[in-house]
Amino acid sequence: MTFSIPSNPLPRYLLQIADDQLVMGHRNSEWTGLGPILEEDIAFSSIAQDQVGHSLAFYEILHQTYGLDNPDQTAFNRPENGMLSSWLVEQTIGDYAFSLVRHWCYDQAVALRYESLAQIQDSNLQALAIKLRGEVKYHTFHAQTWMKSLLQGSEESRLRMLSALKEVWPLALGMFEAWPGETDLMREPGSQGHPWYPGEKNLQDLWQTRALESLASWGVEVEALGLQRMEPVLGGRQGYHSEHLAPLLEEMTAVFRLDPQAEW
Amino acid sequence: MPILSLDPRVNRLQAEEVPADQAPVLVPGDHWPSYQVFHQRRRGEKHSSVGIVHAPSLEIAMAMAKEQFARRGETSNLWVVCTADVLEMDYADEDVFRTTPAKSYRDPAGYKVNDKIEAYKAQQTTLR
Repeated sequence: MTFSIPSNPLPRYLLQIADDQLVMGHRNSEWTGLGPILEEDIAFSSIAQDQVGHSLAFYEILHQTYGLDNPDQTAFNRPENGMLSSWLVEQTIGDYAFSLVRHWCYDQAVALRYESLAQIQDSNLQALAIKLRGEVKYHTFHAQTWMKSLLQGSEESRLRMLSALKEVWPLALGMFEAWPGETDLMREPGSQGHPWYPGEKNLQDLWQTRALESLASWGVEVEALGLQRMEPVLGGRQGYHSEHLAPLLEEMTAVFRLDPQAEW
Repeated sequence: MPILSLDPRVNRLQAEEVPADQAPVLVPGDHWPSYQVFHQRRRGEKHSSVGIVHAPSLEIAMAMAKEQFARRGETSNLWVVCTADVLEMDYADEDVFRTTPAKSYRDPAGYKVNDKIEAYKAQQTTLR
């Protein structure tokens, strides 16, 4: 099981997106059958399925255009330190408040990444970003409606959501960890001539501005919660992970490892 | 256990085994209303009733409806309507419709105009 992280900035960036989607999708699928109500169980499971599908789409391109191994090998046959997913996505599902707040933080960020990727010059990637953006529109709608509803619901739902927010926020900031090659990618001209990738710092600022605006509109006292003073949890984009990723990979790859060369 | 309701959450409460003074009280958030879902396949086509979802609000009903009723095949649009907002006729008044099946003169199949159209077409063909 050897794997070298792509040295070119673009494939590395795509791998980060793909790994986030794979791990997030796997985590979210753990709610299947356990969701709070039937309709929500189905909706959340579908979102998880979408996310694994998005990772596959990027692994395909990484395989066909950038010489990585086929999607199954790339997804299931990699050492932990070859995974470039953020710490946010590998955390265990917690209670439903934690999973919902994470879902909201995560998919808002994915929406921003796809928005920018839709400006890339490469027509395959551009088309993919535009296609996947539609699915993420539903993910963010789903997340927002629950956030709003539970933050404005009963005292209990509000407190549980606020406590989950404080727990998720530093992990969410870690999605925007700086990575090697970032500044090179920021210089690459997009389809409109100007750079398409704004870099992690700018993505984070945009994400945070939008997120704090939404929270304020739902009656959250953002200042009092102290979100802006929190420090990001870093490491994922460099291949360093929390204790939660190894067991996840162990479970996710269990069937694959029975026969790594099998045709599925 | 007898089935009290088609809503499994009501059955799960097992209300009949609990003494009346200890019975759980249903508050609005515990017992969500149902919403009717209308699905439109393509723009311009009509929205058709496809079923219901349970939800605490219109917005969440929409979020649920998308995955329950638009997860495969083509969709262009969805409506959700709170079932309580639908004015329904009383089945006791079904008799107002009892005589309508007999009014065949209101059925387009009874129109005589088709004969005239056919005659006109035949005439046009002959003239040509």
